Amino acid sequence: MLTISRDLRDKIIAHARADHPDEACGVIAGVIGSDRPRRFIQMENAERSPTFYRFDSQEQLRVWREMDDGDEEAVVIYHSHTATEAYPSRTDISYASEPQAHYVLVSTRDAETTEFRSYRIIDGEVAEEPVTVVGETAAEGSAAAGAE
Amino acid sequence: MAIEVRIPTILRTYTGGAKAVEGSGSTLDELLKNLDSAHAGIRERLVDGEKLRRFVNVYLNDEDVRFLGGLETPVKDGDTVTVLPAVAGGAF
Repeated sequence: MLTISRDLRDKIIAHARADHPDEACGVIAGVIGSDRPRRFIQMENAERSPTFYRFDSQEQLRVWREMDDGDEEAVVIYHSHTATEAYPSRTDISYASEPQAHYVLVSTRDAETTEFRSYRIIDGEVAEEPVTVVGETAAEGSAAAGAE
Repeated sequence: MAIEVRIPTILRTYTGGAKAVEGSGSTLDELLKNLDSAHAGIRERLVDGEKLRRFVNVYLNDEDVRFLGGLETPVKDGDTVTVLPAVAGGAF
């Protein structure tokens, strides 16, 4: 299960909407082993494409080093699909290489509603998981709520 | 002195879990062949035929080796080589 604050979820959606019709991508870092996303990092899509994304390699090195230095890891890796459903494609699956990460997919194909789904992708196997959105404070279990 | 090579999580099965290993060589190609003698199979995850795989990023110190000389990039003792899988995907 992915537990994510409303604030971070909204930032992912806002990024995806802003870059539509190109795919948007980024990372949310968290303390290693915590499984809690906390630091939002919007990445450049080096491909600037409506059908493909790739992190800029120099930016990726910088961000990965920052995470290393801060005892963080990529807890969430997100990207958008702009004309298809929020489900990992064959290319998404074949390049997935962070087994600890929650792969979040957002679809902006519909202007009114945004699909927001999360997956584990390990050794080519995809498993969808529930997403729990918690209030801004993200501290109290009682604040947990499904979605809207 | 040697060349430090930083290994991403997904390739640590080849290094017994180590985050960084050491190797030697005068070019990236030689370094990767040298690494493969101690960590069999790792080179093939990075190189396809005689070229770096497209979805693996290899950096010499702070620079992507694609902008240097690819496998022919000169390396020397004291350098750090970092390997990161590209983060990529798409709609299809």
